[in-house]
Amino acid sequence: MTAFLTNLLGRLPIGWLQLVHNKARLAAAIAGVAFANILIFMQLGFQGALIESIRLPYIAMNADIIISGSDVNTMADGSPLPRQRMFEALSVPGVATATPFYLAKLDWKQSDGSERSLDIFGIDPSAKTFKLDEVNSSLDRITLLDRAMIDRETRNVSKVIFEDLNAGKPYIFETRGRTLTIIGTFAIGGGFSTDGYFIVSDQTFLKLFPQRSSGAPNHILVTLENGQNLDTMVKRLQARIPTYDALVQTVDQAVTRDQRFQTTQKPVGLIFGFGVAIGILVGIIIVYQVLSTDVADHLREYATFKAIGYPSRFFLGIVFEEAFVLALFGFIPGVFISIGLYAVVSNVTGLPITMPLSRPLLVLIGTFVMCGLSGAIATRRLANANPADLF
Amino acid sequence: MATIVRNNVGSTVREPPIDIQGLNHSFGSSEIRIQVLFDINLTMRRGELTVLLGASGSGKTTLLTLIGCLRRVEEGSVRLLGNELNGASENMLVQSRRSLGFIFQAHNLHESLTAMQNVRMGLEVHGRDATRNWEKSAEHLLTLVGLSDRLHYLPGSLSGGQKQRVAVARALVGNPDIVFADEPTAALDKVSGLQVVNMLKQLGKKRGTTTLMVTHDNRILDLADRIITLDEGRIIGDERPTY
Repeated sequence: MTAFLTNLLGRLPIGWLQLVHNKARLAAAIAGVAFANILIFMQLGFQGALIESIRLPYIAMNADIIISGSDVNTMADGSPLPRQRMFEALSVPGVATATPFYLAKLDWKQSDGSERSLDIFGIDPSAKTFKLDEVNSSLDRITLLDRAMIDRETRNVSKVIFEDLNAGKPYIFETRGRTLTIIGTFAIGGGFSTDGYFIVSDQTFLKLFPQRSSGAPNHILVTLENGQNLDTMVKRLQARIPTYDALVQTVDQAVTRDQRFQTTQKPVGLIFGFGVAIGILVGIIIVYQVLSTDVADHLREYATFKAIGYPSRFFLGIVFEEAFVLALFGFIPGVFISIGLYAVVSNVTGLPITMPLSRPLLVLIGTFVMCGLSGAIATRRLANANPADLF
Repeated sequence: MATIVRNNVGSTVREPPIDIQGLNHSFGSSEIRIQVLFDINLTMRRGELTVLLGASGSGKTTLLTLIGCLRRVEEGSVRLLGNELNGASENMLVQSRRSLGFIFQAHNLHESLTAMQNVRMGLEVHGRDATRNWEKSAEHLLTLVGLSDRLHYLPGSLSGGQKQRVAVARALVGNPDIVFADEPTAALDKVSGLQVVNMLKQLGKKRGTTTLMVTHDNRILDLADRIITLDEGRIIGDERPTY
């Protein structure tokens, strides 16, 4: 490593040699940078899981365009809109289908007394509302009243239930004064606002939520005829449908709006963003402490080098060399430990925490910037190295 | 004696390596201003080993740091290797220091670097030079000071005398025009101390290296070409012993 750095820098790698000379301090510094990296990776992982979990139910829908209440921010928070908008949409040339989509929260009490909070989707069983084959092949079965399908990725539900369902044994439970029979499963995956999903027919939905009206769905899912241009169709629908109670968006726009709102307006999204900032701050403080202590410990040697005739940029080079060595050596364990923790957290919570290739690259660059910033602050101490004090 | 010396722009000038005229120096300002050097006039010849004597607080160290470009000259003239230091830019002071060698009372070796690497630092300051082999030059100097078997030792594994010899090698490896030494033999035994001073004297003869040394070691006085005595910031003695 010393020979490699000597060739790379064209000089003795003083920073590297200083770091490896004090192995205990080096180990502590690497552990500190790795800790900051893990903190950043975990926050980014949670943030990524939030973003991905928002997207999952949207991409499961069989829709090109979603018409929602005009005040919609997320899939669950907009006001219901008049079903009349569905008929208006169907009158627009190029629209293939338009189906109502009902949504509510359903608390499901488990046999052990614990409660799960699931989103329940009410759909028209005569329409293909989802792209999920398991749902589409069971539409005739959920047409029957009080029949439901459950997301098998639902968090903290006994595996026995899913094993029984896979074996063809329905699961029966009571909720909201009715007896629901789960007859099959599908896979979407829960998120931060829900443990998972139920799918029922619109009629079952309205029985479970009698205060809701069939004339006021939460969304209207629109599919287009083949060959239709998405943007053009959005404009046509916007022109046809009144804007005071309805918002026409492509599915991608709806996903983006939902993700932006939840990551920037909702506490959970803000917390993850704040967590990343804290991780960076912790990293800066740790690396600054290491570097400034190192500079203070070597002031006499630096003053000697100044006396010999080394310019100020030489000392800046040493400090930045140390900063970048710490960044690289702290990043490597940080990324591998984080990958392991992602697997553990994903397994325990069911959240879609994954490590996209771009994230380590982003964090590595961020770590270099973080350590460089710490180095820049630490270089202020170099001014104390006065060669005249050596005599 | 006039002599030919290199200046910072690479030309040669017929000038003494050190020429000081009317040098005054003070620390502090206004009421707390304390003058430590008074009207110093001094010209040093090329190749001379000059010893600077004086009690503590007499101004020896201040004079050394001013000539050595480690402090700014504020009043009077100090011409070093043909360059005026009064009013010199920071960059010029740094450049000038590269023509000098420093030997400190404390060795000031870098604890993370081996003896060889410490000496090499005295060469790297001059930048890359295809004709110069840093490793070979460093090894040669360390062999000269009797440390050929300690090339790859860290300072922590060397004795006090050995460390000081590494510091001497570091100061001399760049072929400096002038060597400034502050009590260089303080940490050395009698034999090692004399070896170091003899080496400096030989350099003066062979390469024309000028040495200005602060010492209280009487053994060294016998080797000096010139002895200057300072008292309360003034030169009170300037003799050239004849042995």
